[in-house]
Order: sequence, then C-alpha cells, then structure tokens
Amino acid sequence: MSKDIKVKKGLDLRFKGEAEKTLVDAPRSKTFAIKPPDFHSVVPKLTLKEGAKVLAGEEIFFSKYNKELKFVSPVSGEVKEVVRGAKRRVLEVVIQADQTNSYKEYDRIDIASADAKVVKNRVFESGCGAFIKQRPYDVVANSEDTPKAIYVSTYNTAPLAADPDFFLQDQKEEFQAGIDVLKKLTDGKVYAAVNNKSSNFKDIKGAEILNVSGPHPAGNVGVHVSETEPMNMGDRVWTVGPEDVAIIGRLFLTGKFDAKRTIAVVGADAKDRKYFRTYIGADATDLVGGFNENESRVISGDMLTGIKLTKEHHYLGFYDNTLTVIPEGNNYRIFGWLPFTYNGIHSMSKTSLSWMLPKKKYDVNTNLNGEERALVVTGEMEEVMPLNIYPMQLLKACMTGNIEKMENLGIYEVIPEDFALVDYVNTSKIEAQEIIRLGLDLMITEVG
Amino acid sequence: MKWIRQRLDKIKEPFSKGNKYEKFAPAINALDTFLFVPNHTTKKGAHVRDAVDLKRVMITVVLALVPALIFGMWNTGYQYLHQIQGEVGFWEAIGYGATKFLPMIVVSYAVGLGIEFAFAIMRGHEVNEGYLVTGLLIPMIMPIGIPLWMVAVSVVFAVVIGKEAFGGTGMNILNPALTARAFAFFAYPTYMSGNTVWVSEAGVIDGVSGETILGKLAAGTDVPYTSMDMFSGLIPGSISETSTICILAGALLLILTKVGSWRIIFSGFIGAACMALIFNWLGGAYFPDNDLMNFPWYNHLIVGGLAFGVVFMATDPVSAAQTFKGKWIYGFLIGLFAVMIRVFNPAYPEGIMLAILLMNVFAPTIDHFVIESNVKKRKKRVKAQVKTA
Repeated sequence: MSKDIKVKKGLDLRFKGEAEKTLVDAPRSKTFAIKPPDFHSVVPKLTLKEGAKVLAGEEIFFSKYNKELKFVSPVSGEVKEVVRGAKRRVLEVVIQADQTNSYKEYDRIDIASADAKVVKNRVFESGCGAFIKQRPYDVVANSEDTPKAIYVSTYNTAPLAADPDFFLQDQKEEFQAGIDVLKKLTDGKVYAAVNNKSSNFKDIKGAEILNVSGPHPAGNVGVHVSETEPMNMGDRVWTVGPEDVAIIGRLFLTGKFDAKRTIAVVGADAKDRKYFRTYIGADATDLVGGFNENESRVISGDMLTGIKLTKEHHYLGFYDNTLTVIPEGNNYRIFGWLPFTYNGIHSMSKTSLSWMLPKKKYDVNTNLNGEERALVVTGEMEEVMPLNIYPMQLLKACMTGNIEKMENLGIYEVIPEDFALVDYVNTSKIEAQEIIRLGLDLMITEVG
Repeated sequence: MKWIRQRLDKIKEPFSKGNKYEKFAPAINALDTFLFVPNHTTKKGAHVRDAVDLKRVMITVVLALVPALIFGMWNTGYQYLHQIQGEVGFWEAIGYGATKFLPMIVVSYAVGLGIEFAFAIMRGHEVNEGYLVTGLLIPMIMPIGIPLWMVAVSVVFAVVIGKEAFGGTGMNILNPALTARAFAFFAYPTYMSGNTVWVSEAGVIDGVSGETILGKLAAGTDVPYTSMDMFSGLIPGSISETSTICILAGALLLILTKVGSWRIIFSGFIGAACMALIFNWLGGAYFPDNDLMNFPWYNHLIVGGLAFGVVFMATDPVSAAQTFKGKWIYGFLIGLFAVMIRVFNPAYPEGIMLAILLMNVFAPTIDHFVIESNVKKRKKRVKAQVKTA
C-alpha cells in the first residue's frame, strides 16, 4: 500500500558543501561517548563506574524514572570518564574503545513467529529503545506505551543532510527486518516515508509507503503524521531514524547490538566531504581534523537542528547522520541591512534579489544577519509551515505559557524540528525551536 | 571600512557591559547597527539564518514611501504657487514644498525617536525599527498648514499612548501613525479640517483656496478637477495622500517584496469599490441630489486618503489581521467602511482614517474567528476518536 504526500509549503535551502557519494570506513576513534543530553528529559542512572570493562551492547546507564529504558555502549572497551556539568549533570560517558568490538550476544529471535511481547522486551532490554522517539514532546519512548502508529522517514530534506537512500543501500535487508520488528510494537500501522523521485525503499514490505515530494520539511516525520493520522491529545506515536531501524533489524538477525553509524561530512568548511562509516558516538575530531572555533563551526546534525560541537565536547550526537562544518559569521557588514544588497546571502524574503537565482548554491555562515526584535512581520512563518497549524499564534501561546491555547493550537502535533525553518526565515530572529521546546517541557510537567 | 569599525568599537567601549554607560547601550547599538550589520552569530536553534531582518523590511517600506513623499513635496509647492503666480517651475515647487515639509519630518523623527530611545534604555531592550516608518508617515498624512508643535504633540501621544503603553513595537493595537492623526484631528479640528488647511497659506492669504474634493462634495459645490487630476494627484489634500500613481508605485514595491500584504491592498480597494457601487446605485435610484453618493465609484478610489491608507496604513502588520483569511476580511471591511463614513458622515470627509482605526480594533476578533475554525477541526478529530474508541 502506498500514499502520495505532496508538500507545497516549505523551503529548500541550497548551500555549498554537499558530501560526495562515496562511502569509506572512518578511522576508528580512540574514544566514543554516549551523551545523556541527547535524550531529552531522561535522568541517567549510571550502572558502570569509571574504569569498568564494557562490551558493545552492554548497559551503561538507564533512565531514573523508567528502568526498562536502557542505554548501551556502542563499542567495547573501558569506561574512561564520566563528564559532568553544572549540578553534576552527566554530559558524556566516554568509552575508551578496543581495537575490535566484542559484543554482548543475544539468542536470535525469529521475528515473524515471535510473540509481540517478546519482541518488545528484546528491543528495550538491548538498548534499542533509545532509538525510538515519541511524539508528542520529542522524548525517548516509554516502554509501557503501545503507540498508535510508528513512522520512519528515509527522506531527509534538511539542507546538506545525509541521504538515507545512499547510505542505507547496503543495509536494506536489516532495514526490512527492522520494519518487521516495529510492526510488532504497534497495533496500528508502520509508515515508511520515501523520496517520491528516487528511492530504494519503495518495495519495503509490511509498511505503508508514503511517497513524499516537495520542499523541506517534506522529509520530516511531523508532516507525514499530520497527513496520515494527525495527533490528538493523549495519542502516542513513535518515530525511528532510518539507520536505527537497520540497527534494530541487525539485532534480531545477528543477536548483536551493532551500532554502525554512517556520517555524511558536509559544509563549505569541511575538508573531506564524504560518507564515513563508524559507530554511534564517534569522536568528531577524527572526521573534521580538529577544531578552529573562531573560523568554523562544527555541528553534529544538520545546520537547522544540530548541536554545536567544541574542542571540549566533540562527540557526535546519538541520532545524527550528518556532521556539518560551516564558517562562523562573526564579521560585520557595512550597510548590510539595505534591501537588495548582499544578494549572495540567501533569503526567502523578496527584499533580497537572491530569489532570482533559485538554482544557485549559496555560501552560508552562522551570522544572525540582524538582531532579535519584536514579532512584527506576519505571514512568513506560514509559508514554511506545511502542518495545519498557526505557527505564530502557537509560538505566542508558548511564550505566555497558556496551556489551553497551546492545546487548541496544536502543540501535540509539533516538535522543535518542525519549527527549524521558522527559526531560519523569521525576520525578528525569534528562537522558535527553543520556544517550542520550552512549551513542550511545560506540557510534560503540567499535562504529562 | 575597517577604520570606521575600529573607531566605532572605541566609541562603544564605555557602553559595554560592566562599564560606566552600560545602561545607554541600546542607544549606541541602534546607531551602530545602522552602519553595520553586527557580528552576532547564532547561539541556539538553527545555526544559519535568512538575510532579512526588521531593518531591511522597514527600509523597504520607507523606499516605497519615497515617490509619494517627493510628489507631496512638489504638490505642496504647486498648489500654493500656481494659485498666486500661475506658472510654476518644478524645482521652485519642490523647493517651496521642502521648506514646509522637511521641518515636519525632522520634528516627527526627532521627537518620536527620542521617545523610542528613552523607552529602549528604560526597558533595557534594543531600539525597534518600526518608528522609521511611523515617523515618516505622520507628517505625510498631515495637512501642510499644521504648526510644528502640533506635529510634536501628536507624535508624543501616538508613541507613548498608542504604542509604548501597550508594550512597545509589535504589541500596539492601533496603527501609531493614524493614532497621531486621529489625535490631531480631534484635538485641533480647526487645523485638521475645513477648507483653509489643505493648501499652504490658504487661511492667511485671500485668493488662495484650499478645499479638498471630498469637502467640496460634502458642501455641494462644484468639483473643478478631472479624474486624471485625482489620479495623478494635482489636487489639494494631506501632504502625500493625493497622488494615486505614486502610491501605486509604492504599492508595487510592497507587493513585489511581499513586505506589504497584497491581500489587504486588493481587498481594501475591492471593498471600497463595492460600497461605492452600492451608493452609486442608491444615489441614482433614490438620492439624485446627494453629490457624495453620486460621485463615480472609480473616483472614490482615487480621491482622499483611501489609496494611501489602504496601501501604507492598513498593511501595517502589527495592527492588521495576522491570518491570511483574516487579511482578506480586514482589508475588505476597511475599504467598505471608509466609503461608508465618507458618504454618511460628511463631517468626517476622511473616512479611511476612522475605518482603519476601527478595523485595527477588530483585527484580533477577525483572527480569533479564523483561528477558531482551525481549533474546531482539531476538537472534532478528538471527538471522532472518542466515538470510535
């Protein structure tokens, strides 16, 4: 079965620095790290102390409020360091990796014949539960829930982001197995969104295929949910990243938690723009060849939603397939606010002439291109918001913390990523993703 | 450029955090950011941002105002000089207009920006660029004869009561420029209406008459102008409202750059045309003596402040409706009410001002009902789900 989704509203950002479509093995990092802040609202309880030996797939911490939710080591080795921040919050659990991985072994389960409960238990006891994210709220899934549906998107429309069609080519069998596993976790459907134009995944079985076309954020799960089974209050929907589905599949096929991760190194300042295969939590230093924080910014993830990496905190995010390196924009531009000037900087607004060259690939840096101002301009957020919500009104409801209004305006249907383009385009330089995150956190504490 | 930058950084030093004049930083920053787009980089959220900012948007509106502004300056001179001497040279007219008009602009900017800076320093936020437009709009919609101190008082009222009292830029309910005009209109009616204020010196020198077309219609006297005069703007009126051609040139820029909402502009004209057509029909059928009702509908669109109001004031995004559907309704009703007020209440020949202010007040209500339909959809879905479960 399949369904076409044609997205009209949105914005494709074309920037320089695409990754060449060659896949190479990354040099093996000496250290890897799992970062608890990647799992929003999880309070980690460490099970291993510094110096302890650990196998790939062995638990290193679990969620304080849900023991079932385990987080495991991507590689085998020794727990080298637990990096803590303010109030002793755990920021990173660093693992000194062995030369080759030794795995914690599970007995194989035949997915087709196994009981749903057994499958679910295996997913969560092996640490694969961490791959499953829940909507609403954009948090790690609760193992006690049975979701209304599960969504996987193999179409990434974010600027310069890694292309799952390419990097999953050789993991298709595992991907199929992963979909079969997900099918056991829900009473509803599993949706797999694919690129309408060119996709290797149109023949995936057991999932409802969504043929997606249109500009970013067409590849975002939020769009697919709203086009298929829109979220209501109390609904739980799960989403899993495409390569994570393959990891889950591999667990059931081989009995090992084999956390292979393909990273596309992209961006104008990246030296070697290719796809690298490594393991989750790899050291980004090895892929970008060092940090020069005044000159360029290293981002784990795409440039709209990623996290900035620094010399001190240089491990890749748990879910990320993209490593973006772009120039810092810490320079002044004389009279840069004049309309129709500096057309080399991309703008959706017609006050720049950049719209005349829709195919051009632009240079981009991290300059804010202005300063934060009051919300004045209307109508621009709507242009990049394919969801059936009023973005500006929802943002204002979140700013004032008006829960009833937030519910009415559809807070359950959005996660910060859905507002990434709003961050990008809005004239007033409002931090929309942050506002939505805070709004969702408020909902978690007040409504749950 | 580097040299300027270094000098500026030096000047800014005492204003930086922890230094003597820290409090006044918004003032110096406002000046600095006028020369340079600052070197601020993204700290959270998306790492890259669009090139547009509020300054760019506001300057675009100012650019759109320029044709009407220059024409207004020329027309000020022309209306006066051709009555007393007949032939008028271009530069002569501009020169005369400039001596009358520029002081008003200077007063408006000086007073308004002074208040904006003071509030920014008091509240500790950066200076918003909105006043760049408001400050230019206020003198443009005043009659030429108004004393400068009245401009100043109107500006104070508009900025303090119309805007800052509501929380500053982005929070005001009424369009600040129109608030200034409405204030002047009701506080100093003799300077804001009648038949002597619309042409320079008309109240002082005999033989210079300065009645607007709408005024003449209301009084029942003959209108000595052709539609072409009205369209090109060779008529008395508020300084920059007269030339529909120049206003449309501005409208074109606003629409092409998407800075002004084309929905509001179009629906505004449509609304006015509809109402005028209704009146034309009523006038033809039942009130043959009512000049205002029988004034051809297309002329209604090009006289008075209607075009200026619809293009530059109704499109103010802060006080207008914010949803796309809401903008259609909002614009349409503005046009409708503007003509209705003109015809029904000749004491207020300038209906557009009151129509826009009225719809400013109702804009949130219009939005509320538009958004409510979205909310209802959502609630319906929940209900449907409960039923099936």
